[in-house]
Amino acid sequence: MIAAVGRIYEWEIAKLLAQKRTYLGLIAATLVPIVFVVVLVLQTGGPNDVPLGRYIRDTGLAVPFVVLFFMSIWGLPLITALVAGDIVAAESHNDTLKTILTRSRDRGQVFAGKVLATLTYTFAVVFALGLVGLAAGSMAWGFHPLTSLSGTKVAPGHGLVLLLGSLLVYFLPLAGIACFGLMLSTVTRNSAASVVGSLMFALLMQLLGVLPGTESVRPYLLGTQFEAWHGFLRTPADWAPVIRAIWVCALYISIPLGAAYLVFLRRDVASQ
Amino acid sequence: MNDSQPVSARGLVKVYGELVAVDHVDLTVEKGDVFGYLGPNGAGKTTSLRMLLGLIRPTEGSIRLFGRDPHVVGAKALEGVAGFVEGPTFYPYLTARRNLRLLAAYDDGDLRSKRSRIEELLELVELRDRGDDKVGGYSHGMRQRLGIAAALLRDPKLLLLDEPTTGLDPAGMRDMRDLVRRLASEGITVLLSSHLLGEVEELCNRVAIIRKGRIVYEGQLQDLLATASTGYRLRSPEPDRARALLLNQPGVREVVASDGALRFQADEDAVAALSIALGQARIGVTALVPETASLEELFLGMTEDEQPRAEEAVA
Repeated sequence: MIAAVGRIYEWEIAKLLAQKRTYLGLIAATLVPIVFVVVLVLQTGGPNDVPLGRYIRDTGLAVPFVVLFFMSIWGLPLITALVAGDIVAAESHNDTLKTILTRSRDRGQVFAGKVLATLTYTFAVVFALGLVGLAAGSMAWGFHPLTSLSGTKVAPGHGLVLLLGSLLVYFLPLAGIACFGLMLSTVTRNSAASVVGSLMFALLMQLLGVLPGTESVRPYLLGTQFEAWHGFLRTPADWAPVIRAIWVCALYISIPLGAAYLVFLRRDVASQ
Repeated sequence: MNDSQPVSARGLVKVYGELVAVDHVDLTVEKGDVFGYLGPNGAGKTTSLRMLLGLIRPTEGSIRLFGRDPHVVGAKALEGVAGFVEGPTFYPYLTARRNLRLLAAYDDGDLRSKRSRIEELLELVELRDRGDDKVGGYSHGMRQRLGIAAALLRDPKLLLLDEPTTGLDPAGMRDMRDLVRRLASEGITVLLSSHLLGEVEELCNRVAIIRKGRIVYEGQLQDLLATASTGYRLRSPEPDRARALLLNQPGVREVVASDGALRFQADEDAVAALSIALGQARIGVTALVPETASLEELFLGMTEDEQPRAEEAVA
């Protein structure tokens, strides 16, 4: 079972690497922090009203955190949806689902391969953005101690560990959007509709978070989980938002995945 | 039901809303058959094949491929089964070779040995030189051939081919038929859906004819052809005298004048007696030939609305 899913996963990754939209997403994720740093080098102002924004010229370590904040609104959801919304719909569009489902693999194995490939891409996008941001920022302003959200200084080595942890936590809500996109891709069989639908879902989650009267549900909205990494940047570390992000995102991941799995398992594979 | 029987479908029904696409279809393909599945476009051939391959869930009925139900045991039921429905499809952005490697990864077995098999199959379908081209740039015929290679990669005992020669040029059609004949001679059971009657007549030993979702004939092709009533055509320089003689000749029935000839029904003995009678009456004969209904005529008779229903026509 694991070996079979492994073989499918390997080829799902190969298929992603053979498609332009994958590179479009990855290039966008790496270009954004570079452009961000270049603009800040050429200008005097800065993003002072966002977390760590006022320290951005102190150390390259601050850059990925600030870029993650800006990209959570629609940039990374769109980049994620580009692939997640297409991964099943493209098979319907090319009519290739019948080709792979008449071999020796069960539908559940094929679905698992697609989920793993989508999450791998999402993971790669987050880490590409974070690490390129770190590299670009460090080239511009050096790799110096980071000022935490509590105002204390964090050594560069420890700051790097905090960045990696933050990227992992940031990956969780993005995985929620990826799974929502995968569900739309499975149900609608339409790539464009799934990409747009996923983006709308992400924007709706952000919008709900800023509407008055939503305070009681705000901690459980997907958009809120994009800020969970702030907990790592406090002294001492505040694990509450991180732990909440883990279980809240687990729900946002598992519910659409479960729905998509059931549809994928039972759907009629007829021509479009 | 029998575990060695390649295909056994009983009471298959597929309903889409108000439309009954497949209506209580029974199909049996025996080992070694080259089974022709005939029907006009939209008759339900492809829907039936998709159900056989587990791609579409039947509304009612049961399917067994070598004794296993694809809707119960999933991909395990497709062990030893390969083919394509509505034309083979591939990832257009991958090369033919990579498409086959991908499909090999979706099959059981050792990937290393599959690699050499892929090269053999590309050679067999004459695509080895184009194996590193992306399939998106392939012609229809090349995709059909690649589809055969993809199916053979599974070393099938049962091959399901949906309209394998559609869209091919005459040389491509001939090559495809030669290939199917060769595979059948190697012991592979073939279920071939087609609307090309010549193709079925040339390749198949058993046929099923489907019309509006219902099977109107299933059996040996030779038995079907034998059900056609045999008629005769007579041409004479004196058609009026010949007609008068025919009308009074014992054993001669249903005399009709058409296209300058007289057509009638009779058995062989009656025709022999008729030829003597015509000679004795000094009526010249330029042609006296049997006319047997072709598969095409039988098919049209069974599938066209204005024609009588198949059961009646065959009976």
